[in-house]
Amino acid sequence: MTDPIVEDYWEYAPSGQIIAHPDGRMIRVNATLLRWLGYEPNTLCGKQFTELLTVGGRILYDTHFGPLLNMGGDLNGVTVDILTADGTRLPMFLTANVKNGADEKPELLRISVVDAADRRAYEADLLQARQQAEKEQARVRAFAETLRRTLLPPVLSPPTGLEAADHYHTASTDDVGGDFYDLFPLSRATWGFFLGDVSGKGVDAAVVTWLTRYTLRAAAVFDDDPVEVLHNLNTVLSQELGGELNRFCTVIYGKLTPCDNGFEVQLASGGHPPPLLLYADGSAFYADTIGGQAVGMTNEPHFVSSQFVLSPGDTLVLYTDGLTEASTGVGRERYDDEGALLRFAKANSPTSASAIVDAVSNLLEGLGAGVEDDTAVLAFGVPRTG
Amino acid sequence: MDVSARHNINVVGTEDGPTILLAHGFGCDQNLWRHVVDELRSEFRLVLIDLVGSGSADPGAWDESKYSSLAGYATDILEILEELDLRDVVFVGHSVSAMIGALATIRDPSRFAKLVLLTPSPCYIDDDGYRGGFSKADIDELLESLEQNYLGWSQAMAPVIMGTPDRPELQDDLAATFCRTDPACARVFARTTFLSDNRADLSHVSLPSLVIECAQDAIAPREVGAYVHAHIPDSRKITLDATGHCPHVSAPAATAAAIAAFAYSA
Repeated sequence: MTDPIVEDYWEYAPSGQIIAHPDGRMIRVNATLLRWLGYEPNTLCGKQFTELLTVGGRILYDTHFGPLLNMGGDLNGVTVDILTADGTRLPMFLTANVKNGADEKPELLRISVVDAADRRAYEADLLQARQQAEKEQARVRAFAETLRRTLLPPVLSPPTGLEAADHYHTASTDDVGGDFYDLFPLSRATWGFFLGDVSGKGVDAAVVTWLTRYTLRAAAVFDDDPVEVLHNLNTVLSQELGGELNRFCTVIYGKLTPCDNGFEVQLASGGHPPPLLLYADGSAFYADTIGGQAVGMTNEPHFVSSQFVLSPGDTLVLYTDGLTEASTGVGRERYDDEGALLRFAKANSPTSASAIVDAVSNLLEGLGAGVEDDTAVLAFGVPRTG
Repeated sequence: MDVSARHNINVVGTEDGPTILLAHGFGCDQNLWRHVVDELRSEFRLVLIDLVGSGSADPGAWDESKYSSLAGYATDILEILEELDLRDVVFVGHSVSAMIGALATIRDPSRFAKLVLLTPSPCYIDDDGYRGGFSKADIDELLESLEQNYLGWSQAMAPVIMGTPDRPELQDDLAATFCRTDPACARVFARTTFLSDNRADLSHVSLPSLVIECAQDAIAPREVGAYVHAHIPDSRKITLDATGHCPHVSAPAATAAAIAAFAYSA
């Protein structure tokens, strides 16, 4: 550099300047940077540029910034701490590019550093805000998870001679869906069960789910007739919700009683998708509970009932509409638009409670993000004897 | 499971040549191999992968607990070999991937022919009678530096590479994701990389192995290279006249020559 103005600019520019070999050995360092760092002229020549960095910065440079610079020819605005002669850290902002030789190979590195104290403080604030947000999100998730758990039985304890299996698919980790189910003894011989779905999600839905769940448990003890149990629930929900718009639930309540050839099942349905029956002979049908109104919508709802026997090898599957309404990814098509669920049931029949729940759980996995709502699955089967 | 998508697998080079799998280390992705690929492609079939959490690997495959140990990455390597039905593979792992490869060969050597450890370190932290080069405090500081580049990672690093008017040949191939890493993944990967201690595993490596080290490497110093060589039974060692931790970037011809000679060696 012969031009004194250019020479002056090189030495006293408002930024630190370094010229280095491609391997990082410094060839020239300008006066500004030497002054910032407290080094005498020429003391840095021949040393590795990365020796000016903290250990963490050196590792990042060797694993990320250096290769980036080498491969891309350019490095823009990375954050490093540079060490002064007395070991003080200076927050800096590093920008660099590569001078290529005639053979297209890197010949020199041109490195500029500027003070980044203010920006770093700002970045630290942003980082803290992000960490805070992540922490809050984790808290919300933990809260949702706890709430969700209180709405489901911790373990299913079926009567002797019956196999039960369940699966709960969570569509969103930071929200609570309105699906619920349970299986519980009513008397020495008889067991009650239910599975349902409260409209909406979030805390409001969870409140209704909670109310529904405990009302059903209590009503089940009072009334023998499943349809009456649902009417009881309807009365409570109507009073509690006071006709709140769009706040209702669909539910199936039923009783299981051992009989000579397995279990007798009595069902009542309030507007819930019909359960599937997968018989020992390999056939599969919907249980006859189609129709009926959702619970909590009107004062005089119509519920439907059905009664059948689960013999050895037969399996009953209850589910919520998170499955049937899952998006297949093909236009606006939903999984069960064309009867896919019944075909799925037929393909899997005969089965057992745990096998069909596994199969449904795989099916949900396969639908992936298409499952937009929580989905509950509950299955009962009478194992084949012998 | 589609491992090709999971690891953004690219197979290049000579279809009927010997198979070399190139696995990148902590930092960037398979693009760092490009100069080495140019050197080897006329003779070898080259399988390039991105580790989960890096480059263009499927973000959906990220699993913090799985990738909190090198064993999780080693599982992926074995699945790649199985799924692509690769045999007699010369596995080349840079940096932490050298150890990932070593663990994979220990668990199931059947599909591997040889192992190349490029600037490996079985343990970065100093211990009684062992000098890895770093203290625990150094590694904590690295994690802090990563945090400080939080914004830089997501904004400054990737776009820079795309616009390189003076090196237009890079523009076509380098995806927008080059060297872009989700900070959350990078943090876990950094911790897994620098806090793992695999010294005891080295003696279980049964394959012929080659240690390639650089004359000057602040991350994997010479004595660490010597340690790896001394503890892998059937190993040899080459020291490249290169500086830094990425000889495949800074000295690609010499790196490729060492890999090729070893791949062909009896």
